[in-house]
Amino acid sequence: MGITFRKETFRDDFTFKNSPEHIRRFPFPFNEDSYMYAVNIEPHVVGPKGSVLENLIDVDEHYVAEMQDRALVLAEDPLRCQSLAHMTLAGWDLLELLMEQQALGYPEHFTLERNGDRWRWINRPLGIDDTFTFGDTSTLPYGPMEYITRQSQGDFCILDQRDGNLWMDAGMVTTQADWSLDFDIGMNFFEWHAPVPLAHEKGIFTRALKFLTNIQQGKPARRLNWTMTINPRLDTSPENYHKWGPDRATVTPENVGQKVHLRVELQSFWRLPRSNAIVFPIRCYLIKMDELVTQPKWARRLHRVIRDLPEELATYKGLTRYRPTLVEWLSKLDDGSPTSPGFGPD
Amino acid sequence: MSTGTTKLDVVVSDVVPVNELVTRFHFRRRDGELLPTFSGGAHVVVEMRDGDRTRLNPYSLMGSPLDTREYTISVRRDDAGRGGSLFMHRQVKPGQEMVISYPVNLFSLDLRAKKHLMLAGGIGITPFMAQTSQLAGASGNFELHYTCRTASLGTYADVLQQRYGNRVRLYHDDREEHIDLDRLLSSQPLGTHLYVCGPAGMINWVRDRAANLGWPPETVHFEHFAAPQPGAPFDVTLAVSGKTIRVGEQQSLLEAIEAAGVDPPYLCRGGVCGQCETNVISSDGKFIHNDHWLSEEDHRSGCKIMPCVSRFEGKSLVLER
Repeated sequence: MGITFRKETFRDDFTFKNSPEHIRRFPFPFNEDSYMYAVNIEPHVVGPKGSVLENLIDVDEHYVAEMQDRALVLAEDPLRCQSLAHMTLAGWDLLELLMEQQALGYPEHFTLERNGDRWRWINRPLGIDDTFTFGDTSTLPYGPMEYITRQSQGDFCILDQRDGNLWMDAGMVTTQADWSLDFDIGMNFFEWHAPVPLAHEKGIFTRALKFLTNIQQGKPARRLNWTMTINPRLDTSPENYHKWGPDRATVTPENVGQKVHLRVELQSFWRLPRSNAIVFPIRCYLIKMDELVTQPKWARRLHRVIRDLPEELATYKGLTRYRPTLVEWLSKLDDGSPTSPGFGPD
Repeated sequence: MSTGTTKLDVVVSDVVPVNELVTRFHFRRRDGELLPTFSGGAHVVVEMRDGDRTRLNPYSLMGSPLDTREYTISVRRDDAGRGGSLFMHRQVKPGQEMVISYPVNLFSLDLRAKKHLMLAGGIGITPFMAQTSQLAGASGNFELHYTCRTASLGTYADVLQQRYGNRVRLYHDDREEHIDLDRLLSSQPLGTHLYVCGPAGMINWVRDRAANLGWPPETVHFEHFAAPQPGAPFDVTLAVSGKTIRVGEQQSLLEAIEAAGVDPPYLCRGGVCGQCETNVISSDGKFIHNDHWLSEEDHRSGCKIMPCVSRFEGKSLVLER
């Protein structure tokens, strides 16, 4: 049985929503009633059926609509996709990885046929059937990274590894939580993380870099990150701040349930074989408060997390303006009873 | 957060003597599938089951990264070493089943380079075999300078000259041919990256001259695997696992820890990658540090050791393992 892809929008009339099955599979990021940074990295291995980890590259009911939204972003701003000259080989690595994983996880939607260097890629949801020569950029309509990331949910950063550091030298970034590839391109790991508060002092980035530079082929890793977004808007970029920044002032006690979204990023890290680069897919999942609170455990826990979040983190995540309204709304759903351990709903 | 590599079950598909010191081994997957793609400069760790003893030695992959039907490594026989190369030469036969690690690359090409200038000494040629294949397939600009003792010990010199013509330059010690390093390093176009693999003395010499001639450190790449050195046996207490072990003369500390059933993370087993770094709880004696990972300050402190290549002499050593 294939996925039924939803027709929906992430802008203008914002018709995005999750089906009941997708609410239950949402990657809720809190396993306890409070939140602080940690180096929460674990092996990226296949998880339970029916979860977002059922396949290592997840495709869900929002796939077609997300790809349409990405095409709109790129039409307005082509610099959301950039690849420095030395990163083309890594782009081919990524194309291979995403085609293999999508075909493996969703054979009813994607097919990859390899005959030496001649490859045929069939993407049924988007109506694509292309034959090309692996390694020959002239046989594809775009560069290899752009071609495949126009057909894969989530943002992708390709990090070149050299001098004991990682460098943001290529990427496709259209569904980001307020950061800019065009600003960060060419930066190293410490430079692009410079704005993050508290974590530098805790030595988190030094440890994380040591871990990431040792990621091995065949052994990807993952972590979750989160923030909140007003309206189900994928493209919350600095470039478009004028479009989404003012939304934060529109939250009222009456519209919290529809307007406020928890935004979770499933970040994974993979060593690419030919280029020895690391690819860092950042897959964004959105859920409305009205959808999230259908799981009473999540409602209680989110109330406690947001209420007790350190001020610096609330500021960094852009919650300051509507936090009191949100906490007040969530508090009505928190009877003070304990929450069960673990991430999942009861 | 422990790391390590996935293992590959392989069969030895061929064993080819190359010259009086070097033998080449070919591996294919036992299930007949393709091996993982790799990048030029990568190594695999070969597990050698020798009676009740297990050795794990890293060897550079030297085939073309474009051909993943088989992996090839070349092993130089070291009669004074700890026995890994002798095991490979004497006991590994075609058809034998072995286990190797996934490829790991700690000597990667910098693909920004406008030109790749490669300096090889002796068996240090092996990573360049794969790197030149990779670059040649992508019209990359490279030049290889290869120093060997004699023509007959110039492993793969003939193959390389046949493939790449005058992009390969040979220097034979017995003919008093010496690389004019300062001149070579002073005459490179802007954007050149330098790669060196060979004996420690050669690596240090090239790095030193490059630094003196103003090469930025990030353009100088080197593969510096130290093979674990044999030494006097010593006793170690593993505090976490509550074991006391003896490190044999021909054994590395890491191998002794593994033989006791404790598995620290590792990747290179050559003192480079940092994975097996171990805290010292107490010690009474002298450390013999052979790694390239810890800082000099770490070495002096006596608080850390890299068990893959370093040893100890003295009364007692307690490690956090």
